[in-house]
Amino acid sequence: MSSSADSTTTTAVAAALAVEDLEVAYTVRGIDRAVLRGVSFTVAPGETFGLVGESGCGKSTSAYAALRYLPSNGKILKGRVMVAGNDVTGMTTAELQAFRAHDASMVYQDPAQAMNPTLRVGRQIIESFTLLGQNKEQAQASALEALRKVRIADPARVMDRYPFQLSGGMQQRVVIAMALACNPKLLVLDEPTTGLDATVEAEVLDLVRVLSRESGAAVLLIAHNLGIIRALCDRVGVMYAGKIVEEGPSSEVFDNPQHPYTVGLLRSLPRHGVRKTERALTTIPGILPLIGTELPTCVFLDRCPIASDLCRTVEPPFVPVGTDGTRFTRCHHPDLIAEMKEDLPVVPISVLAPSETQPDVLELSHVSKTFRQRNLSVPALVDVELGLSEGETLGIVGESGSGKSTLAKAMLGIETVDAGGVVSMGGTAVPSPTGSRSAENKRSMQMVFQNPDSALNRSWSVRRILMRSVQKLTGIKGEEANKRVEALAAHLRLTPRHLDLKPRQLSGGLKQRVAIARAFAGDPRIVVCDEPTSALDVSVQAAILNLLADLQAEQKTSYVFITHDMGVVRYLADRIAVMYLGRIQEVGPTDDVFNGPNHPYTEALLSAIPSVDGEEKVRIRLDGEIPSPANPPSGCVFHPRCPRVLVGVCEVSEPPLREVSPGHSMRCHIPIEQLIELQHKPIVG
Amino acid sequence: MRKFILQRLASIVVTLWLLATIVFMLVSVLPGDVGRKVLGPTAPKEDVAAFNAQLGTDKPLFEQYVKSMKRVFTLDFGTSYQTRSSVSDIIFPALGRSGKLAVLAFIFTIPISIFAGIYAARRKDKLADRVIVNAGLASSSIPEFVTAAVLLAVFAVELGWGKAFANPPDGTSLFGQLEYLWLPAMAMAIAYFGYIARMTRAGVITALNADYTRTATMKGMSSSQVMRRHILRNALAPTITVISVQIGYLIGAVIGVERVFNYSGLGSTMLGAVGAHDVPVLQGAVLLVGIVYMLSTLLADLLIAFLNPRVRLETTR
Repeated sequence: MSSSADSTTTTAVAAALAVEDLEVAYTVRGIDRAVLRGVSFTVAPGETFGLVGESGCGKSTSAYAALRYLPSNGKILKGRVMVAGNDVTGMTTAELQAFRAHDASMVYQDPAQAMNPTLRVGRQIIESFTLLGQNKEQAQASALEALRKVRIADPARVMDRYPFQLSGGMQQRVVIAMALACNPKLLVLDEPTTGLDATVEAEVLDLVRVLSRESGAAVLLIAHNLGIIRALCDRVGVMYAGKIVEEGPSSEVFDNPQHPYTVGLLRSLPRHGVRKTERALTTIPGILPLIGTELPTCVFLDRCPIASDLCRTVEPPFVPVGTDGTRFTRCHHPDLIAEMKEDLPVVPISVLAPSETQPDVLELSHVSKTFRQRNLSVPALVDVELGLSEGETLGIVGESGSGKSTLAKAMLGIETVDAGGVVSMGGTAVPSPTGSRSAENKRSMQMVFQNPDSALNRSWSVRRILMRSVQKLTGIKGEEANKRVEALAAHLRLTPRHLDLKPRQLSGGLKQRVAIARAFAGDPRIVVCDEPTSALDVSVQAAILNLLADLQAEQKTSYVFITHDMGVVRYLADRIAVMYLGRIQEVGPTDDVFNGPNHPYTEALLSAIPSVDGEEKVRIRLDGEIPSPANPPSGCVFHPRCPRVLVGVCEVSEPPLREVSPGHSMRCHIPIEQLIELQHKPIVG
Repeated sequence: MRKFILQRLASIVVTLWLLATIVFMLVSVLPGDVGRKVLGPTAPKEDVAAFNAQLGTDKPLFEQYVKSMKRVFTLDFGTSYQTRSSVSDIIFPALGRSGKLAVLAFIFTIPISIFAGIYAARRKDKLADRVIVNAGLASSSIPEFVTAAVLLAVFAVELGWGKAFANPPDGTSLFGQLEYLWLPAMAMAIAYFGYIARMTRAGVITALNADYTRTATMKGMSSSQVMRRHILRNALAPTITVISVQIGYLIGAVIGVERVFNYSGLGSTMLGAVGAHDVPVLQGAVLLVGIVYMLSTLLADLLIAFLNPRVRLETTR
């Protein structure tokens, strides 16, 4: 079939970017393996186009191919890329350099790495302008202007710094300033805010939105966060296994998906405030085919719940959906999508209500932690009071530097808390460091880390990893331990075959299952999960969240769940604690925290999150950056950034954590009635 | 920055003291009697005893140690047991000769090995890269005195393009000395080619894959501009460290090469002093090598701090 006739609302001539039937392969061990299998899309000047899909589907390859920056083993087999009417695929090296200097720019993840660590920021921005042919003085002036444009207040000072002396948000602004230097016709953004804090992310996204509109550049945005895509993109292409399987205006695609993969992707996200007590998350069965796999018909065939014989024999064409010519799907049966929604089972999970009578399984009382650094005392935790009941999930949210991880370490005894603070388990105080705790206490509290790659010994088999945990935690030895390992694996839905593999032979989701199995080896009472799903794709995340919820329902395990993902925490947590500069600013039942009234910081945090549901929200801007914990502001530590600050009160004294409704407390001077009025929200609880 | 340098200098003093102590202890446990060794097996017992008394080598060890340390810290290395001349007059000229040889070796090896490393990195996994990597491995796995012997046999003996005895006669012009020195210097250069080239290659490959290189390329720079402005600065830090470590080595530990070419550098001087129980000379020479070694490491650290602001700014706070 001819895919060059596919898609497109603009013709290749008028488009700022036109990717036409692009096929790219990576050479791995001498064999060309297909990564892009005929990708076509166009982006008009001033338009923002998003590419979404799980890792390995080819979105980044598409972006890099558009700028001809493929890894050395990557090559374009077929198709072409046109930018502003010029064929990028056919350019000579010199033409390509000129093209990159004048017509195209890129911003990507991790701004700290994107700048040369050994050169001053100013020199790097000036370079962008001198490459356009400006002389030193002109370039200097242009650089200052460019920094002003990305809303950097004191550009001269920033120019004089080195990249590592700037915060993440500042670094990304500088990178954006460099990217916009040439007034590009095409701006490619590859996960531009991944790794940035929510409030910073929101600022950067605002900036991108405004600047791309001003400059009239075509923007190609790659993001795994569908909320960001929805907030920023006019149109979106959903990629799977090297093909665009669905395309259309982003709000329509997300509200009314027309391809089974898009449906699966969207349904695996915890959306619309769904809670674990309402339904399990939907997962997409199976795994993404490896690059280079022969996929003669539909690329999604093996994982599709509505596949028919037609799908097995005839490759589906990219067909328009509806009549306005803006939506396309690569599916034989878009008419069955509606039924697919009906058919999917929704499994309610019965979760035990937290017990009121028993003592808390974990209790923190007056817990503080002060680090000493070059004769400076840095308070990382300040007077934390928290309880955790049996079978309860406590979500801990907050931006980087808020003390979430220190709190987890204090619970586990990895950090010794300051004198006066008490960590108790089941009503009995437990000592720290961890080494001085009893075997029973150690067994009772376990941890699941963010990155299973570094948490598992890569040279051990899964069996050996689990065996060691079983033996260490329970003292069981020999054949009995082996039986227990097998039972544990089965419980975590790992097959016996997996037991004899090494971590690197497992996918990210399976590795995280092993890490969870390891934590559950000794039937813990409490499991501390530090961002356990943030490195995983959404469909895998859904499976892990379901698993955690199931295990909890069965074993009445309590979770402390650290995350920055508000959707995830809303789904899984029974209570949420919001941290800022080492203090709990707000804590309460999940519904109360999401419905408000809120501490002004929580309010800002919630407003900063781009939602895939496209809810109308008023963004609350936070000025400045999170202050250094070594030098916290006077009074309420949030007051310098608080949009609702009461001058004369907030900078004078720190408000106590005060209960505003049963179980819902916050640290704010503003009377609750006034907060409710300010936040225009009904009283809850 | 000044605080950083002062701290480093202080630690150099402490290290030198430890070094002097270790040398003293090693020499003290060497078997044999100093006077007997110096005066020879036929000298009368009385003379030997008198000689030992004069040197102080008949005193208790601790007393000798204190005396020796006093000398070390006043930079008075004393007189040689063997020749009765001032130690400084022996070791400084030897250092000068070793230095000359080391500088020549570096002139031979550094530009070409850094260039080869960069070239290999840019053509990673291609033929040129494999050739350079394997040549480097071969060159650094053959001991330098073997290379020296081969060079001597081929170039000095067969072809007559160099001298088999590397000590130039007094009064030879600097340029004239080249004829004497180029063969041993080449032997050392070949030995170090591999280290430096491979270290450079690794550094450049890391920098080539870094995100900032991508940023620079996306700005529309040519690959040689990217190399000059962005990559080398980041890529050369490990190479600088390797080179600085080798300065000390080239000055004091190329005894094999010195022997083959009969060159009286610091290495040969030390070896001779060990054989003759000449403690002051040995101690002086070892300390000298130690000082050179530590100063070159300090220089490398300063150079790295100059290249990398992160090191510079975080050590001086």
